[in-house]
Amino acid sequence: MNDKITISKNKRHLLTLLFFVVALLLIAFANGSVNSYIRRILNLCAIYTILGLSMNLVNGFTGLFSLGQAGFMAIGAYAVAIFTIPIEQRVALYYLEPIHPAIAGIQLPFVVAMLLGGMLAAVVAFLIGAPVLRLRGDYLAIATLGFSEIIRIVFTNLQNITNGALGIKSIPSVTSGTLWWTFSVAILTLVFMRLLIKSSYGRAFKAIREDDIAAEAMGINLFRHKVLSFVIGAFFAGIAGGLYAALLGTVDPKQFYFPLTYNFLLIIVLGGMGSFSGTVIGAFLVTAGLEFLRVMDEPLSIGGMAIPLFRPGLRMVVFSICLMLIVLFYNRGIMGDKEFTWEGILGFPKAVKRKFSRGPAKDGGGKV
Amino acid sequence: MDLSILAQHLTNGISFGSLYALIAIGYTMVYGILRLINFAHGDIFMMAAYLTVFGIAFNLPWIVAIILVIGMTALVGVLIEKAAYKPLRDAPKMSVMISAIGVSYLLQNLATYLFTGRPMSFPSLPLLTTPMTIGSVTMLPLTIVTPVTTLLLLGVLLFVINRTKLGMAMRAVSRDYETAKLMGVKINQVISYTFAIGSALAAIGAILWGMKYPQVAPTMGVTPGLKCFIAAVVGGIGNVKGAVLGGFILGMVEILLVAFMPSLSGYRDAFAFVMLIVILLVKPTGLLGEKVTEKV
Amino acid sequence: MKKLLAILMVLTLALSIFTGCGGGSTGSGAATDTSTDAADTTDGASSDNVIKIGVFEPLTGANAGGGELERQGMELANKLYPEVLGMKVELVVADNKSDKAEATTAVARLIEKDNVVAILGSWGSSLSMAAGDLVQTNQVPAVGASCTNPQVTLGNDYYFRVCFLDPFQGTVMANYATQRLNAQTAVIVQEVSNDYSVGLASFFKSAFVTLTGDEANILDTLNYNTGDQDFSAIITRIQQLNPDVVFAPGNFTESALLIRQAREQGIEIPFIGGDTWETPDFVTVGGEYVEGIVLSTFYDHTNPTTEIGKIFVDEYRAEYGEDPAAVTALGFDAYMLVLDAIERAGSADPVAIRDELAKTVNFEGATGIITIDANGDAEKYEAVIKIVQDGNFVYQDTIEIAQ
Repeated sequence: MNDKITISKNKRHLLTLLFFVVALLLIAFANGSVNSYIRRILNLCAIYTILGLSMNLVNGFTGLFSLGQAGFMAIGAYAVAIFTIPIEQRVALYYLEPIHPAIAGIQLPFVVAMLLGGMLAAVVAFLIGAPVLRLRGDYLAIATLGFSEIIRIVFTNLQNITNGALGIKSIPSVTSGTLWWTFSVAILTLVFMRLLIKSSYGRAFKAIREDDIAAEAMGINLFRHKVLSFVIGAFFAGIAGGLYAALLGTVDPKQFYFPLTYNFLLIIVLGGMGSFSGTVIGAFLVTAGLEFLRVMDEPLSIGGMAIPLFRPGLRMVVFSICLMLIVLFYNRGIMGDKEFTWEGILGFPKAVKRKFSRGPAKDGGGKV
Repeated sequence: MDLSILAQHLTNGISFGSLYALIAIGYTMVYGILRLINFAHGDIFMMAAYLTVFGIAFNLPWIVAIILVIGMTALVGVLIEKAAYKPLRDAPKMSVMISAIGVSYLLQNLATYLFTGRPMSFPSLPLLTTPMTIGSVTMLPLTIVTPVTTLLLLGVLLFVINRTKLGMAMRAVSRDYETAKLMGVKINQVISYTFAIGSALAAIGAILWGMKYPQVAPTMGVTPGLKCFIAAVVGGIGNVKGAVLGGFILGMVEILLVAFMPSLSGYRDAFAFVMLIVILLVKPTGLLGEKVTEKV
Repeated sequence: MKKLLAILMVLTLALSIFTGCGGGSTGSGAATDTSTDAADTTDGASSDNVIKIGVFEPLTGANAGGGELERQGMELANKLYPEVLGMKVELVVADNKSDKAEATTAVARLIEKDNVVAILGSWGSSLSMAAGDLVQTNQVPAVGASCTNPQVTLGNDYYFRVCFLDPFQGTVMANYATQRLNAQTAVIVQEVSNDYSVGLASFFKSAFVTLTGDEANILDTLNYNTGDQDFSAIITRIQQLNPDVVFAPGNFTESALLIRQAREQGIEIPFIGGDTWETPDFVTVGGEYVEGIVLSTFYDHTNPTTEIGKIFVDEYRAEYGEDPAAVTALGFDAYMLVLDAIERAGSADPVAIRDELAKTVNFEGATGIITIDANGDAEKYEAVIKIVQDGNFVYQDTIEIAQ
């Protein structure tokens, strides 16, 4: 451990800048060359990354077990949906019960609607959080899940605002033609999260995660920090929801049924609950993997022999088994609670050399 | 609303509530011992329903089928504990919860894959499902059998918990896990019995539920499971009597909500969650629960 | 060891991404540039002499029952008529999991990866609507079999359907209620989280009010959610209100339970509903309690009105050993219609197919004569009323609405 390499601060900044330039070039390249099916998958990956990051902030870094992301996502999605569909289309769309006059005439550009969605989600999170964040562990989980469901049920019944079960369609598809929207928001989210965690707030969050009673004894205002984390998480979930609505072009309450949150849970568990880099990896693996596992849903024949195992539903079974295996055997996730750091990356070759040169007795009686 | 209509509503509420009670007991028992919300409980309930469908489809006589299903479901519950919860007993609480969610998800997807998403019809037992009329109220014999069964089972369970050695071990473990272990209580055995009993009760609940609502689908356990957990929390989680009380209350409230405010019937499920949140804020330990202090 | 296993799992997931990214083995081969318009990347002709048609249905999830039935119709048609223009026709199945988000991905995949020239489906109007914008932007025509919500084809040049619409169906049932049942009052029980149910209920309501002349004749509208199993409170309320008829246009899963519980509680009031009830599962779950239940539907298999209709019923019975459901016949027709359009267009170019579909006049389908109107809907002036007798859906009546 004592021959870790050190890099000067300037060098580190330079490397980060280089990384961003490369990333942007990659995105530009992908944007121009992939077909719209792959583009859709990549967009979804980026959106799920944002959601994963928001959930990881609350669950992984602050240690609050929140299952409410689906509800906040719904708020953001509906904000974009309601306020960006062209006014002329609203009458035809709300054919069952006319749209509430207060919102009928408001049309906002996409960015404004998206930010509004995030803000609304944050406000709702504040209202929910204030009473609920006092609860411990599992109770908090169920309470947040409950609120997510309440939001969904309310949306289903508010016919004149959300069009109820009919949902809203023909949302102008700003994001689906390009990768830039989702990826830039994702990158901004990632940057924000990193800065937040490195700040004193971030340290407070981690302290709360480790032992909140001790944290309180050390003078950290538990309530304020928990609410802050929760609200920020909800804000980004709302933003992601807005992007999601624009990507799909249609929303309805059924999409935000609470099992949706399980997807994000898997992402952060897979990536490592205390690691943002892990979340990014996890989001891409899960989203893309789920899509490409589709092949399991169709009859497969090897050498002319049809294998009866492959029929609709197998994909999700395999997915669930993967989830279980990861939770049981690898519950620290890919990155555990470490991040990619330049020291780690540049020191990698050295570390590998070290491992191989030490000889067989290295690991001792460690776990297998 | 006239009296006979009200009587009809109340009968329905009690019957419905007792189904919730049966399932809620499973949640509360597991939580009392392991401090774990067994998200998979609702799906164990669903599996029991499917097992019954197949049992009867194989032309087994009802009694045999019922006993087999209860036994198999108990086994499934124990297996799930051994496979998915035991390995994580020393892991942080969140991991076990996620594991429970994972098991729930797996069971649902497995059922969808094996039995397709198309709902199957639950076999009916004419003895219990032929409508009869008492006074001005029409109902099935099942409507009376259900609460009676629940209360009987509750009695048996309370006897086991308070008067048997196993029960004493259960109480010890739920009171203080570490000390019980040190005092020589066979923890693994106690936990297995807990899961077995909880799952068996869920199986009985599934059979009674299936006879009343004869539609079996892979997601049939999701909403009842969640609501029954809420019932257990309302009554006081960890307390069996509380679970039964919570189940009855939740069932009644749901029925009466639709009865007295039909325009809000779409919000029916939301009310369960509202009740949950109110209880968690006002009396988090539940109606019959006891206060637990956190040691630093 | 455990860690190794888990790492392997993760690698499997990662590997599947890369194999998927490298382009699936089917279809994405040579993107031939035979299309002449400025459209996106899609073009009709696939590399070998195979025409691909997409089957866009829910095969898992809440609507799996309906989706499966429609798929049967399409596959049967494909089996009987596997060729057009000298080329083989292949069906590519994409499951939308009864979920809107999945629906858009499934359609995107069909269009982009599998290069289908046309899409059939979906069961469930909301799923079809989810696909609407995609088929329009990518200029690949879609033909819905049983999706009855007007929004599916409204304003969309690329979506067609072979069935009637909910406004029509609602009117038909209101007519049936007032004329055949002499009903003056009604109670509506709707599945509030299902847009099909809510839409159809509202059309029934307006027609019923027009026919009976008074808004108060709709005594109440009661809501339930998808997946609900206990309707005792709703039923007791119905008992209290005592209407002449109950219109319950929900999905068959919940409706079967609703009716069953109503009869168990002693309610004799007639229950009527829409086309989603006509599935074998409705009768299996409802049992003897759904005897005498009346519903509107597209098609009567005991009385096929066309030659192809007879062939369809016979072939279906030979293949599956039971009577076909209405949506299966519609799925069959959707396929046949597309094939016919391809023939008329003389090419497998999606835009040409679309144009021919729009021009369809007096096409003979299994469900009857189909003419496509300006909106892309099939002009239908009559609906079949069926009644459940001895566990079967038996033809009872035909209601005609003068257009």
